[in-house]
Amino acid sequence: MNGEPGAVLECREVHKSFGPRAPALAGVSLAVPAGRLSALIGPDGAGKTTLMRLACGLLRAERGTLRVLGFDPAVAALRIQERVSYMPQKFGLYEDLTVRENLDLYADLHGVSADARAQRYPQLLHMTDLARFERRLAGRLSGGMKQKLGLACTLVGSPQLLLLDEPTVGVDPLSRRELWQIVSHLVREQGLTVLLSTAYLDEAERADRVIVLQAGRVLAEDVPLGIIRLAAGRTFKLTPAAPENARRLQARLLASSAVIDAVPDAGAVRCVCAQADGPPAAGLTAVAPRFEDGFMVLLRRSHAPEALTDIVLSNPPAPSSGAVIEVRDLVKRFGAFTAVDRVSFSVSQGEIFGLLGPNGAGKTTTFRMLCGLLAPSGGVLRVGGVDVARAGDAARGQLGYVAQKFSLYGPLNVRENLEFFASAYGLRGARRRERIDWAMRQFDLTRTAGAAADLPGGFKQRLAMAAALLHEPRILFLDEPTSGADALARRAFWRRISALADQGVTVVVTTHFMPEAEYCDHIVIMDSGRVLAQGTPAQVRSLAPRQGELEPTMEDAFIAVVERSRAAEAAAAGAG
Amino acid sequence: MLNSLLRIVALARKELLAVLKDRRALLSLLVPVLVQTMVFGYAASYDLNRVPYVLWSRDQGEAATALIARFDGTGIFQRVATVERERELRAAIDDRRALLAIGIPADFTRRLAAGSSVDVQLIADGRNSNTASTALGYAQTVVGAFNAQWRAAHGESGPPARLTARAWYNPNLISRWDMVPGLIGTLTLLQTMLLAAMSVAREREQGTFDQLLVTPIRPGEIMAGKALPAMLIGIAQATGVLLVAQLWFRIPFEGSFAVLYGGLVVFVLAAVGIGLVLSALSYTMQQAMLYSFLLLMPFTLLSGLTTPIANMPRVLQDFTLIDPLRYAINIAQRVYLEGAGVKLLLPELWPLALIATVTLSAASWMFRHRLQ
Repeated sequence: MNGEPGAVLECREVHKSFGPRAPALAGVSLAVPAGRLSALIGPDGAGKTTLMRLACGLLRAERGTLRVLGFDPAVAALRIQERVSYMPQKFGLYEDLTVRENLDLYADLHGVSADARAQRYPQLLHMTDLARFERRLAGRLSGGMKQKLGLACTLVGSPQLLLLDEPTVGVDPLSRRELWQIVSHLVREQGLTVLLSTAYLDEAERADRVIVLQAGRVLAEDVPLGIIRLAAGRTFKLTPAAPENARRLQARLLASSAVIDAVPDAGAVRCVCAQADGPPAAGLTAVAPRFEDGFMVLLRRSHAPEALTDIVLSNPPAPSSGAVIEVRDLVKRFGAFTAVDRVSFSVSQGEIFGLLGPNGAGKTTTFRMLCGLLAPSGGVLRVGGVDVARAGDAARGQLGYVAQKFSLYGPLNVRENLEFFASAYGLRGARRRERIDWAMRQFDLTRTAGAAADLPGGFKQRLAMAAALLHEPRILFLDEPTSGADALARRAFWRRISALADQGVTVVVTTHFMPEAEYCDHIVIMDSGRVLAQGTPAQVRSLAPRQGELEPTMEDAFIAVVERSRAAEAAAAGAG
Repeated sequence: MLNSLLRIVALARKELLAVLKDRRALLSLLVPVLVQTMVFGYAASYDLNRVPYVLWSRDQGEAATALIARFDGTGIFQRVATVERERELRAAIDDRRALLAIGIPADFTRRLAAGSSVDVQLIADGRNSNTASTALGYAQTVVGAFNAQWRAAHGESGPPARLTARAWYNPNLISRWDMVPGLIGTLTLLQTMLLAAMSVAREREQGTFDQLLVTPIRPGEIMAGKALPAMLIGIAQATGVLLVAQLWFRIPFEGSFAVLYGGLVVFVLAAVGIGLVLSALSYTMQQAMLYSFLLLMPFTLLSGLTTPIANMPRVLQDFTLIDPLRYAINIAQRVYLEGAGVKLLLPELWPLALIATVTLSAASWMFRHRLQ
């Protein structure tokens, strides 16, 4: 495929490394065809961002050749920057300027004439649905709207090639869908060439071509169907029988060597088999392969499965009846703004409880109140039978907490981090040593040396979990634990969490990665500070309208619930 | 109680480890202190040891020659030009070749021999008033000595009253002797305050602060755990300055180390208290740094290290009372040069202790109330 005429971006054997660590790109060759939407997929640290920055001349390759619109970015960076627009992960919007002023600024920077602006602005504002917010400060926009404005700003200069670096990360499913509609429209109607990187596998399916990047190498470059076909004839679905739930069935399936991958899906378990020779066991029904299935087959070719032992707690929490967490009419106000508005739910022991919602929905605020990091403005909040905000340090000893960015002490090594947290939780002497050894063993951290800051993401996540479990808490809080993790690390994570829940640990987790809600026993969907839906994943899924014979996904349900609520709100506002 | 202590130790150990393991952090704590002590020790000196001067002498007589020999013989005055005309003298001062000009009239020797007095003209470059007045002072001493010798040699009685000056604690009045011990306070303040101010902000920025708050560690313990390492590092840095002062500059230490370190502990407590208040106020490391530097400037200027507090306007003098550096510099200089004991230092120690108490209480209150 390389060198095909009409390739807008071409790489041949490109190498780039930063310092003594493993190279970010180790011999990457690929071609991005003109007028198409190409998706660059791979986990954090795969080299996606490095590749984009090379393509727009912000970095220089060490070896190999790069051609962008016929120019070499190393010598003609300016020419390229005139024709290419790059939207980095954190796009430089000026939060104190209005939507219109941000557009003006980027138009000035690109030297767009007044005539061109008059023609371009209405298009862009219409396309991004931001026309209503022209006078609003960019800092006051929601996460999804900010991304759309960022996109509009990069499009002001009418580029020939658009490089989008993870435009949908941290964006809720609704905004994600809108962003994709805009990008697809640009490619189909205006013939723009787009290279978009993403960690969401379901997004890759909508691209014209996908490039799979893993640890600085290209694993595959194909049309999405080509990747999906890798799993042809190997995908099946199995419904768990009564006492067993989907999560445990999944664990059982994964233990088998005949199974490459298994995920809970709409109440059943989807699995991908190692061989394409019919169902390996009775009760399995064949299903059509998805992109993720093909992707897992591809990954398994280059990665031996991680030998994963289930976590065994030495001192599991004593079984108790009744709710472990009880939240009634919980309210949090910041000044005149109500971040959490009369939220109620309860969680019983050994449950995995998911808090879902778009950015700004109030789930993080709720989560922080549960952990005792924020004092509620009103309502009842009992965790482990006590009021966390008032109960103080004794109650906090029952909680484990894993923060969003895996809060570790960067300069300290694995053992020093664990030692610190062990002391923080009041462990001493023989018990302290025993617990640290346990954590290092269970989370496979014994062979890691060096500062925590230099550990790969997966290790950081494991270390953060290990630190949170040292004192064997009854309740574990996890804030966006899988954001940025690759598919394999995500599977390993959920397996560990399931094992903990099975031993009686109550788990509360926030996520905006919808398919993961299937791992939860109960979920709550929040938007604008209120609970829109709650129940088991099956109950919540049933809120989505059925389309033909396809079982609606959690994402469909989420979008349906949020749209319904926003429509109702708009109607109420119109009436009132 | 024991649990609480163990948690504080664990926190302090973690903080110290983080500094010791980070080569750049460690270097940034050590190198600037040494470099600044050296730079201050050499550069920040009011002593003049090279005064370039220009001579305009219209007298070849014995007395003129003796006076000129005296100037040249001090080793301080260096003649850069001997001119014939006033215009040339003016030019030498104008283009800063000379700091001083000495003009000797044609009848100098003759009038002295006749027993009458005569004027020697001394012109100084007043564009730097400090240097000029020091140089003039030196020149006056030289002329004074010449006068005394002349009188003695010519059988006249000496001047009626003679000044016998002796500077205690710093006999040669070398300004380095008071400047370098003063740095023990100044340099320690900067780093201690900054470390304490940044420590919490850093955890906030990196997200580890929430992690700390959900452990059973209490806010007061967090504060103590942050204060201890900053204090230890501050005292280590003070020791560094002390070593340079003694081993490199060879400034004799007259006092007791116990008193000096005792005073330092009180001072560092005050510095950490201020740092922790700043850290409770700032959300980012940048803010913490900005606040620290904002305070550092007035603290240094009002400390009396470079300009006497007695010369400041009344309002500013009152302000110096809340400047911990003022007391620290006094303590360091007095213990170092004078060998002052605790009793003599009490007027410096109690205000420092008061500042420490107020700032630490404020910080602990803010920690408890702002965190929620």
